[in-house]
Amino acid sequence: MSVPLPADLAACPLLWPGVTLAAYAIGTDIQARLKGNAVANPVLIAILLVGALLKATGTPYAAYFAGAQPIHLLLGPATVALAVPLVASLPLLRRSLVGVALALAAGAALSAASGLLLVKALGGSSSLALSMAPKAVTTPIAMALAQDLGGLPSVTASLAIAGGILVAVASRPILTLCRVRDWRAHGLAAGTAGSGIGAAHAIRLHETAGAFAGLAVGLNGLVTAVLVGPIARLCGF
Amino acid sequence: MLNAFLILIAAQLVGTGLQRAGHLPLPGPVIGLFLLALLLAARPAWRSRGLDPVAGGLLRHMGLLFVPAGVGLIDHLDLVRTQTLPLLAGLVGSTLLTLAVTALVMEWHGKLGARIPGGHYVRPPAR
Repeated sequence: MSVPLPADLAACPLLWPGVTLAAYAIGTDIQARLKGNAVANPVLIAILLVGALLKATGTPYAAYFAGAQPIHLLLGPATVALAVPLVASLPLLRRSLVGVALALAAGAALSAASGLLLVKALGGSSSLALSMAPKAVTTPIAMALAQDLGGLPSVTASLAIAGGILVAVASRPILTLCRVRDWRAHGLAAGTAGSGIGAAHAIRLHETAGAFAGLAVGLNGLVTAVLVGPIARLCGF
Repeated sequence: MLNAFLILIAAQLVGTGLQRAGHLPLPGPVIGLFLLALLLAARPAWRSRGLDPVAGGLLRHMGLLFVPAGVGLIDHLDLVRTQTLPLLAGLVGSTLLTLAVTALVMEWHGKLGARIPGGHYVRPPAR
């Protein structure tokens, strides 16, 4: 059961950018009312709202995606813009270069390999495994990598956000259990495993943790972009 | 602001061009990110050409930019329904493993550093 949109409204080029913006604004408002709770993620709320509207109006996803191109097109320049915070956080590397390099290489390789192998071992499809492999890195890079690997970028986007929320909720208890007491380690791990959402959580915990989380988000994007293809081949994909 | 947008778009186009020309296994915008990072590290003055506010604005609302692609999930709901176990176990297992191992490698390396004079092990404040 669906109620189609009036034809002149559906033909308006501003319709889907406007709907997307409204859904995201509602999402940010809900998150603000819940005092920034990571579970009330504005992107997930917006995806649910727009998805429900498309189902209710019987609009094919392809028609929505074509209409929402003005927003989607900005994703490339925004990805490039990640260079600005990355370069700003590079001075942190001066005193911790070896530790950061070792931890990041271990985290990036483990994230891709464990995602691929867990999905495969539990009977998941190749396309799900390849969508899982880049999910720890920041969403725009993760989606681009999923596309190149032969995964599904939309599934990767949802996995990346869900993984970030998991890190925001679980990083403190898990890292306390592992007796991690160095805030640099805490931040680096939150940024490597949970990208932007993990980093936003780390910033609230401790200044040093936040700075290293930001560094980890940028560096892990680059490291995973280089490693994920070879790791997928090593794992038999 | 105009210059800043031009720099971002130029970096992406050059990145995409390099990817196509060199058959590089990296997305064009990621190559653009790397090139811009090199440029900014070499010429810090470029950041003051309006790049900071434009990059900040784009990144602050970056979530909005994933929504059109993310909604594509509605075409893959059958995958979520039929592969719920590998999806959830893969996500949770891989994320928590990555979190713990990354932190432990950094922690162990930091502890080695603490034994050297001038080591820099940062203890969290007592809570």
